[in-house]
Order: sequence, then structure tokens, then C-alpha cells
Amino acid sequence: MSGQSLFARLEPLLPRVRRPVQYVGGEGNSIVKPWDTAAVRWALMYPDAYEVGLPNQGLQILYEILNEQPDVLAERTYSVWPDLEALLREHGLPQFTVDGHRSVRDFDVLGVSFSTELGYTNLLTALDLAGIPLQAERRGEADPLVVAGGHAAFNPEPIAGFVDAVVLGDGEQAVLGITDVIRGWKAAGAPGGRTELLARLAHRRLVYVPAFYDVTYRSDGRIQAVTVNRDDVPLRPSKHTLSDLDAWPYPKAPLVPLAETVHERLSVEIFRGCTRGCRFCQAGMITRPVRERNISTVGAMVDAGLRATGFNEVGLLSLSSADHTEIGEIATGLADRYENEKISLSLPSTRVDAFNVTLANEFSRNGRRSGLTFAPEGGSERLRKVINKMVGAEDLVRTVSTAYAHGWRQVKLYFMCGLPTETDQDVLEIADLAREVIRAGRRASGHRDIRCTVSIGGFVPKPHTPFQWVGQASHEVTDARLKLLRDTVRADKEIARAVGFRYHDGRPGIIEGLLARGDRRVGAVIERVWREGGRFDGWSEHFSFERWESACAAELEPLGISLDWFTTRERDEREVLAWDHLDAGLDRDWLWADWQEALRGTELDDCRWTPCYDCGVCPTMGTDTQIGPTGRSLLPVVSVSAGSPVVTAASVSVDGVDGIDAEAVPGGVEDGPAAGSRLRPAAVSNGTPA
Amino acid sequence: MARRPEGPPPPPVVQRVRLRFAKRGRLRFLSHRDVARTFERGLRRAAVPMAYSAGFSPHPRISWVGAAPTGAASEAEYVELALAVEMEPAQLQADLDAALPPGLDVVGAVVAEGTGLAERIDASRWVVRLPGVAEPELRGAVTELLRQEVVQVERATKDGRRRFDVRAAIVLAVCRAGNDTCAILELVVRHTTPAVRPDDVLTALGVVAGLRPSVPPEPTRLEQGRLRDDGTLADPLAPDRNDAGRLAGRSSA
Ligand code: SF4
Repeated sequence: MSGQSLFARLEPLLPRVRRPVQYVGGEGNSIVKPWDTAAVRWALMYPDAYEVGLPNQGLQILYEILNEQPDVLAERTYSVWPDLEALLREHGLPQFTVDGHRSVRDFDVLGVSFSTELGYTNLLTALDLAGIPLQAERRGEADPLVVAGGHAAFNPEPIAGFVDAVVLGDGEQAVLGITDVIRGWKAAGAPGGRTELLARLAHRRLVYVPAFYDVTYRSDGRIQAVTVNRDDVPLRPSKHTLSDLDAWPYPKAPLVPLAETVHERLSVEIFRGCTRGCRFCQAGMITRPVRERNISTVGAMVDAGLRATGFNEVGLLSLSSADHTEIGEIATGLADRYENEKISLSLPSTRVDAFNVTLANEFSRNGRRSGLTFAPEGGSERLRKVINKMVGAEDLVRTVSTAYAHGWRQVKLYFMCGLPTETDQDVLEIADLAREVIRAGRRASGHRDIRCTVSIGGFVPKPHTPFQWVGQASHEVTDARLKLLRDTVRADKEIARAVGFRYHDGRPGIIEGLLARGDRRVGAVIERVWREGGRFDGWSEHFSFERWESACAAELEPLGISLDWFTTRERDEREVLAWDHLDAGLDRDWLWADWQEALRGTELDDCRWTPCYDCGVCPTMGTDTQIGPTGRSLLPVVSVSAGSPVVTAASVSVDGVDGIDAEAVPGGVEDGPAAGSRLRPAAVSNGTPA
Repeated sequence: MARRPEGPPPPPVVQRVRLRFAKRGRLRFLSHRDVARTFERGLRRAAVPMAYSAGFSPHPRISWVGAAPTGAASEAEYVELALAVEMEPAQLQADLDAALPPGLDVVGAVVAEGTGLAERIDASRWVVRLPGVAEPELRGAVTELLRQEVVQVERATKDGRRRFDVRAAIVLAVCRAGNDTCAILELVVRHTTPAVRPDDVLTALGVVAGLRPSVPPEPTRLEQGRLRDDGTLADPLAPDRNDAGRLAGRSSA
């Protein structure tokens, strides 16, 4: 029987595995709906350990949106650790959902969200445990559709053989659209089988179906062409963009885990997209344009979320939170509102300016001022121009001085190594910056006990960015530069003890690079690595570079290509890239021009406060930058700790009637106690904004 | 440079409430840390007026008494809460229970009176289901264990791997047949350091008689309290309940 709970068979295995609580479900605000009355059933997967996957906002949003539909059921599944994997195999149990403990194969859709390419081997483990054939073409009518999404899915070609379909971009409307199509197709008796269903989904521009596109290769190994093999699907599948985030205030009732997870806080996304134009940043490029949630929605989401969860920390999420046009008012408003509630506020702070310190001060009014993070990304001024991260050394020193003067005790600086055009000298300048920072800190604080942590990540070129053509630095080069830098800092008596170093070796970055810019031929490498035991590649204790290297040698070299060919090789302008047929809205000519500007060290301003520079996204996708200030307010809320159930005075319009442009909403006129109920936790509404 | 939290010191403790709660079903897999975190969030959701510690990161003042291990269910866990505003224990019990996930159930609440909770607890009564073990096999092993004076077992504790005696802590061990394929072991165990847990007793049964259940046993703590001479346990909340009863009686008279 389909959809049955397997918990009774799973339970005896749990005392034998590490941290069994991660497999039992039952989280606060989780939902188990009856199986039989659901018309469409989704299994949503985050292909990493529970502790990492549970807090994932994307998955929580889709879980809630789908479950709000009366005839839709959505449950969650995460990667099981190797100890449980072995027991499941031994006892003939499948990949299961943590909500209803049902077999993943029983669902209509398995939706997998990839934040990083290093989750690909975990996809294969889940498919295999579920009893779903690894290759999409071998799946039958009883198998769920396997649909990939998330940032990494903007180049899904390496996993094209393992997935049936791919959602590009924001998932909120896409999952509802997919659900509609499946509902109709099932109600009609599943005409034409899986292929027909996939064709309908592709035709409605909901998904990219890799099987509908053929790839041919040239004798030198480069791609000849990608051609569509049906006439009823788009030539270039394109990304989804959610407009009016105020109409979509999800998650309304975030999950409260029983097990310990990596983020134990209420996360509220304050805007999506970023147009600062950092050339290395895939997230910034593929999520354009900027769409803000207004201050009232943010205030209402924080209030409702806290009451629904009991969390005592709030994090305001986005790619660059200090850039929200109303962030000052939001910070002060929240700090005022929760001053006596023992609730701490945090902002992932990376902007290097005094305003950011002011914000951080607001957020830590009564809290400890432990660490502030700034991300200059590049060590030298020259390199920062190449990557378009406009931070001067003086700005950094001034900002850091302000931070130390306000009682911050530790500053963390984030850099990348292996950036295009980088030389040893650029990396050594990180030591100079660190020295300046320590000196400034000692001056500003008046004592010598100042710490600065330098954290360095390896740069991995990503698709849909101006750096998509560059040759990635080899791990030998990256490791040598990092060693040089470390030795230089250690040898410097003045700062050696004050500077902490955090970095990883360059080898996982090379495999990430392979998977990020790989094409369909890389699929065989992934499968071989998985068959040889590759699991949890994002975890250093499980990652094996040698396994990947030998799999590349076995699968790629007979084709005349290699690991290096995919990673350290620079591409020219006309080469067909594996993801060129997928439309993120970015104009390829603009990307190339921006890459050339990078080589010339020319900087580019943010289109939020300078004229549009025609990256292509807005006209192609029919979207607009949506920013404030709106002139609305963060409404006061009745104290939560005073006892008895609280009725919020905050409201938010969820009808999408008013835009959030300053002109559209005259000074807070919309702020009334109307329409507020939609934000109440656990309210289930059928309202599905189009 | 040392910053200090601004504003007045936290309000004083005006009342202490002791709770008995159960850890049931699949929530038996919660570790003590998981239980503590879930409780803190439940207290916030239920808007219980907790008293807080002072300092930059104030914590709600919660005192835990020895927790059932991960994987063990319990009908008798205890915790004491310090409140900044007085609250009717029955109300607190209802509010908190509603805010906790099903399986973490508050089953009793009293205003603390007199001696400390820890002083009223020195033993536990457990029932352990042993699926896949026949009753005669268990009986033989238990008889063997009780015949010994000392049975050493080894286990990883938070202070590293330790070797300790199990036998001395066992006050009572009784076998029953649940059904053909599941024996049931009832235990009364004195609290020692490190605490002797049901899994230690099972390890000891393996040591003395080679008993090795193929399916993991399912332990449930039924009671905690002060061990009486007859081997029964005194309810640790009874003194508070009696005091509260007297007070209530007086005020209504
Ligand atoms: S099209 Fe223009 S306004 Fe829109 S994101 Fe690109 S540069 Fe900015």
C-alpha cells in the first residue's frame, strides 16, 4: 500500500545510529496530512544532513506553500548519514520522509533543492535508497518526477541524466504551477505517461526538461550545439522571478527543530536579489533584480514568527542586508520592540562602512559585542576593482576603528583566493590590511589586546557570471599563495599573535568548479564517485579528492577532456557554454563586456542608485527593481511576554494591490488593523496569489 | 572598555514551580540538550513569566534534575522553574503543555516548598521491554547478575570512557513475560555516579550471562524519588503538594 508509515520498522534501527532524533520528525509547525485525500503529493529534499537542511529557508517556504493547498501534501526528506544508510539497506527500508515516514518513491514529485553542487552524490544515494532508477530515462510510471531547484540548478547539466526536470529561479509560483499541471494530468487519467506530463510542464514554461534538448560535441571536446528536440517546448527555458514579496510572507510558521541544527534562529528574508555587481557572485547575478519586503511586512513576519516558534534570535536575511532602503528604521524599530524580551537580533554584515557598524550597534544594544564580519573579498585595491567590490583600504580601516571604538572586540575579514588576474602580491596585501586593521584597533580601543580573524575561501568560477569564462586557479597555486600569506603573517612580530587564520585547502574548490561548470559528460563522473562510496562531499571528513580525480581520469580522459579541461581552462567568447541555453535573464554580451571591464579594472555602480546599465534581466524577464523607502512603519506590537494570548496590531496587505514604491503608498496610509490575519501563524489559506 | 548591560537588574524570583513531565513515543530519542532547548522555546511560546539571569546573555532560570538518557522514554522527569511573576501551577502546566510538542507532556506542577528537589530523589524505577528475548532467558541472566557482588561495565560518559560497578546500584530486578517474543524487566536502581542506566544493566547481563538482545531494548522510567525501605519510591512532589494543600485549606477557611 502506498503512503504507509514505515516508522514501526525504522524505530528499532534508531538506537543504533548517531543522533537518532534527526530522523523522527515531529518538529514544531511540521505538518502531516492524510495521504488518501491528497491529489498531488510532494517529497521535498535538501540533499545534506538534517542539521544543515532543516533551517533551509527555500525548502521551508515551499513546504508551507504546498501544504496550504487543501488537496496537496508535502513532506520533507534529508540525506541520511552512512550509519543509517547501511542499516536501511540491511533491513530493506527506503529513503523516507521525516513527517509521515513514508517511502519517497510513493510521492508524485521528489523536489530537490541544491544550494551547492557538492550535494550531487547525495542525490544519488537518496534515489537509490528510494528505489528510483538513477537515470531519468529508465524511470517508469510508478516513479516520482525528480525535480531539481536551487542556485546550483542554474547549470543542472552535470545532473541532467539524473533529474526529470529543473526549476530555475524562485520556487514559490513554480511549485504551484507544477502542482496544477500534475493535478490536471492525473485527473485526466495520466494521458501519455511521464513524457506527456513533462512536455506539459515544459510547454507552460514551468521547468527545463533536459531530455528535450540534445547536446552535440566538437572533435576538440567543446560543445557544438544544444538543440531542442520537440517543437512544443521553449528554445530557452527561463527563470522564475517572484514579484511583490509582501504578498508572499513565507515561511509564516517556521519549523522548530527538536534536534540541534546549524541555525537556531528565526530567519526573515528582507529582500531578494542584489545588484551590487560583484563579478564573482553567482547569487547576485541570478537573483536580479532587487525586490524588497517593506518594513511593515518585515515587522509583522518577525512578530508572527517569534510567536509561532519561541526562538530567541532573529536574523534578517538577504544577500546584503544593510542595503535595504529602510534598514535603519527596521533596526531601530526591532531593537526598541524587543529591548526587554531577551531576543537578540542579527544581521549578516559584510558591507564595509560606518553605517554597518551603526546597525550592528543597534542590534547589540544590550548584547555582547563579540564579532563583526566585513568582506573586502580581494586583498589589493587592484583586485577589488577586478571583482567590482568597491572598498578602499582607508574605508576599511576607518570602519574597523569605529567598530573597535564601540566596544566590538573582534573583527573578522573575509577574502577570496584564486581570483582572476590574482598574483602572489595581491594575496600578500591581505597581510598589510590585517596589520592596518590591528593598528587601527589598538589606537581606537587604547589597548593591545585586539583580535582580527582572516577567513579565506577559494574562488570558484560560476555560470551566469562575468567570470564564467575564466580559468580557475589550480589548487596548487591557491595552496601555495595561502601558505605564503600565512608564513608572512607568522613572521611579522607586530601582528602574528593578533591575527587568526581560517582557510581550507584548494582541492574541494576544484571539484566544486568541475560540477559548477561541467556539462552532461560530468554525470558519469558523479555516478562513478558515488558508486565508489562518495557521500557528503561538502564535509571534509567524507570528501575524497583522489576519488574524484580517478573518476575523472576514467570517465573524461577517453573523451579527450579532463578535470583540468573543465576547471583551469579559460574559455573564449564564442565557446558554447553548457548552460547557455538556460535563461537567467542576463545578456551574454553584457556578461562578456563586464568580464572585459574586469580585466581593465573598471568598476560598475549599483543600478539601484545609478541608471540601469542594461544587464538584460529586467526587460527579458519583465521585472522591475522593487525598493523603498515606502514611508511605512514597523508597527508596535503588544508585548509577547506579558501573558495571555496576544493579538497583533501589525498588519500587512497581502493582496498585492499597492506597490511598494514610495509614490504608490503615501506615508503609511495603509497601516491599519485590516487584513492582518493572514500573517497569523498556522493560518491556512487557499489564497494563492497568481 | 568593558561594556555593561544597561538598565535595571533583572526582576527577582518570586515563585518556584516544580514540574513533572513525560518523554514519550518517538520523542524518547531527544537528548537532554534537545529537551532543554525545546522547553525554553515552549516557555517562550507559552509566555511563562520566567526569571532571568543577569548579564549580556540572560538565561531563563531553569534547574534540571538528572535526565533520562537519549533513547529512553520517561513518565517521571523533573524540572524547577524560577518565575518573575506568580502563576497558578495548573495554568502553567496547561499553557506549557500546549506549547510543547506532543510526546513532551507536562503531567504535574506544584509550587516549590521546603527542601530541594534533588534531595528528594535518589532512585528510579524502570521498565525495560526486550523484544526478541524470551522470558526464561532473561530470568536466567537476571538471577546470575543478582548472584554477583560486583559487575563492572564500561561506557563513554561525558568525562570520557569509564568503568564502573552496576551490581551495587540495583535494588530490585524482576522479570515478566510480555508475550512469547518479548520479555519485560522491571528495575529499581539507586542513583550513583556515574548513573547506572538500563543499558548498563543490559550490558551487565551480557557480561554475566551472554544475553545480547538482537533488537534494541526499550526502557521507560516510571518513577523517581526517595527509596523507601520496602523498595518503593516516595513521590518527590508530595511534600510540596501537601504544603500547598494546607495553604489552600487555610485561605479558604
Ligand atoms: S536590467 Fe538594469 S535595472 Fe534591471 S537589474 Fe539589470 S542593470 Fe539593474
